[in-house]
Amino acid sequence: MVQEIVHPLSKYLRSAMIPHIWCSGCGNGVVLNCFVHALDELQKDLDKLVVVSGIGCIGRTAGYTNADSFHTTHGRAIPFATGVKLANPELEVVVISGDGDLFAIGGNHFIHAARRNIGIKVICANNFNYGMTGGQQGPTTPLESLTTTTPYGNIEHPFNLVHLAAASGATYVARWTTLHVRRLTQSIKRMLEKEGFCFIEVVSPCPEIFGRNNKMRTGLEMMDWFKRASVIENFSDPSKAEINSERIVVGEFVNIKRVSYEKFFHEKLAQINEKTVEW
Amino acid sequence: MPERIMHPPLESKKIKQPKAEIHIIKDQCKGCGFCIRYCPKKVLEESQEINARGVHPPKIVDESKCIICGFCTAVCPDFAIFVFEKPCKEECEA
Amino acid sequence: MIKKGTLPAGAHFLSGDIACAEGAIAGGCRFFAGYPITPATEIAEHLSQRMPEFGGIYIQMEDEIASMAAVIGASYAGLKAMTATSGPGFSLMQENIGLAAMTETPCVIVDIMRGGPSTGQPTLPGQQDVMQAKWGSHGDYAIIALSPSSVQEMFSLTIEAFNLSETYRVPTLLMGDEIVAHMWEKVVIPPASEIRIVNRKKPKVSPSRYSPFMPDDDLVPSMACFGEGYRFHATGLTHDEHGYPRTQSSEVQSRLVRRLCEKISTNEDKIIKVEGVMLEDADVAVVAYGIVARAALSAVKKARETGIKAGLLRLITLWPFPERIVAKVAKEAKAIVVPEMNCGQMVREVERAAKTTPVAFLSKLGEDPHTPKEIFELIRRNV
Repeated sequence: MVQEIVHPLSKYLRSAMIPHIWCSGCGNGVVLNCFVHALDELQKDLDKLVVVSGIGCIGRTAGYTNADSFHTTHGRAIPFATGVKLANPELEVVVISGDGDLFAIGGNHFIHAARRNIGIKVICANNFNYGMTGGQQGPTTPLESLTTTTPYGNIEHPFNLVHLAAASGATYVARWTTLHVRRLTQSIKRMLEKEGFCFIEVVSPCPEIFGRNNKMRTGLEMMDWFKRASVIENFSDPSKAEINSERIVVGEFVNIKRVSYEKFFHEKLAQINEKTVEW
Repeated sequence: MPERIMHPPLESKKIKQPKAEIHIIKDQCKGCGFCIRYCPKKVLEESQEINARGVHPPKIVDESKCIICGFCTAVCPDFAIFVFEKPCKEECEA
Repeated sequence: MIKKGTLPAGAHFLSGDIACAEGAIAGGCRFFAGYPITPATEIAEHLSQRMPEFGGIYIQMEDEIASMAAVIGASYAGLKAMTATSGPGFSLMQENIGLAAMTETPCVIVDIMRGGPSTGQPTLPGQQDVMQAKWGSHGDYAIIALSPSSVQEMFSLTIEAFNLSETYRVPTLLMGDEIVAHMWEKVVIPPASEIRIVNRKKPKVSPSRYSPFMPDDDLVPSMACFGEGYRFHATGLTHDEHGYPRTQSSEVQSRLVRRLCEKISTNEDKIIKVEGVMLEDADVAVVAYGIVARAALSAVKKARETGIKAGLLRLITLWPFPERIVAKVAKEAKAIVVPEMNCGQMVREVERAAKTTPVAFLSKLGEDPHTPKEIFELIRRNV
């Protein structure tokens, strides 16, 4: 009897939606792959997982994962996830979104969620542009890059996302590329077992758009850049963790202990209800 | 720190080499080439056939060279290739 | 004296904002996310104190957009959730109100209207957001909006808002104004056992057979929540009954958007509430809502004393608009007068429903609502 052999991780994916819509060589598929690998290695209870994503190509991730999922308005995945986590702290709430969604329109929400240390886990697929809408400049577009809205070369300095996350108060901050599949999976596992706001930036290829506009027309050429330029500097100063054509500093930058918002809130609740003060 | 084995294991002649079973879901492949490029043992190469998406999926050059590192499984953006250890029977002897 | 952690049954002297906050708790609200804004700030302040006493969550978010997003998240995680704001914040929330409508999220949004537009007059009343309540977000959708005109109603209509939002899986708006929010009046809070609470319909099928947006006969789908094992997907994109995006299908778009609107319009008889005073033989009917209705009632009584057959139709539900009730009143009366604290918003709906019956409008902007004398003169001019 021939048994149909399916991908070992297919139970983590919504079969009705696979194959996904992402381009050939797009890093989003690798991010999803590492994410479900991590879920599998931890044997995570999928009934307690909530995947939230924003608008963008990576935003489709919520639809592909076989768990409770929600696709929010642009930039608002993090406050939505905050509401979910506070309403039910038993849930594992993971935000998977893009550089524009999380740091342009969503920038304010990111820094406050990190400051508050809400126990949500954020994975940012950083592909240096707004891919879904055709390749416009974003807050992480490197200087002088060509995009559809910077035809003369980008004159804005990009964010250093790990520096921003560390400065805002995240308890776990890491950056990997889609080439570092093992370390990325390990980081995701570490993040899922940690209390507080955690952030992983994944430098991700967008060959059809960003790559094509910047002389890296295939996923392989973009991955070659990652291979050539990546250097692992664990726990180095995140403010110096640059990304340019010669250097992509990756690694784990922050791993600290700080009580999460929801834990602190529930401690307060317990204290309030012990006292018999009348209003 | 993982312990490093500085000499070949004493049972190395008795231990069976795991055999790989590589599965390629041809029509799910989008031809990115990551598995082919990054396989440490160069087990895969681009095939000549064209799949339902109009690209060349990988084909296995020599399955016996595969060390089941699983990198192809981990790096494929399309969940189109995966490898696992062939369940071992007596015939598996190296 | 409100005892910690208990629902204060009995008579109290409260402000509208505080009554609204107590109403939320009485209605089962256990999540509040908000941002300070005059004149709704007191709702947040009171709930920051009271919500934790009931084991609920209070969080002050970084802006109104985040507040509304958090409310939707909490609702999907199973809690009854609310936010409170005024004009400028209400404008910011519109995109996410649209998301709540599209994802059929039960939630309550309180807008304590103030002078607008823009920053306007933060400490003075207005009724300038009532059209925005219906049309504020882009796209076609329907919401329910209620208008309290007393502190007692700030309490009771908040409970009603939660019940409606849970019944119809729709964002429900409480359109208060600065006067009703800040004035202090007697409120009678019934014992908890006498307060009617409605909860969202839960799925009757197993997770494998559940479709999150498959409507029942009342056009409302049952609602599973995160963490219950249903593993469903919800999106702001046009979606099918399974929740999956279907952005290329005209048929799916038509079916979904029409149902979101019809969900409310076909159920409007069960939703709409008005109060009619002396309308049976009225020659002139005053159609008013909110704080203006209080002055209108005085004016109608005074008119009756002088022999004018005046009546008052007080709109408690602003949306869906009580079109048939207004049309009936218009048919039986000789004239309708509409006083509003704006440049003409609900009056347009009244005119539409009244058809050939003449409708006179009296606009007032600024600190005071129409005085009973002004409305009385308006009635007299239109007899």
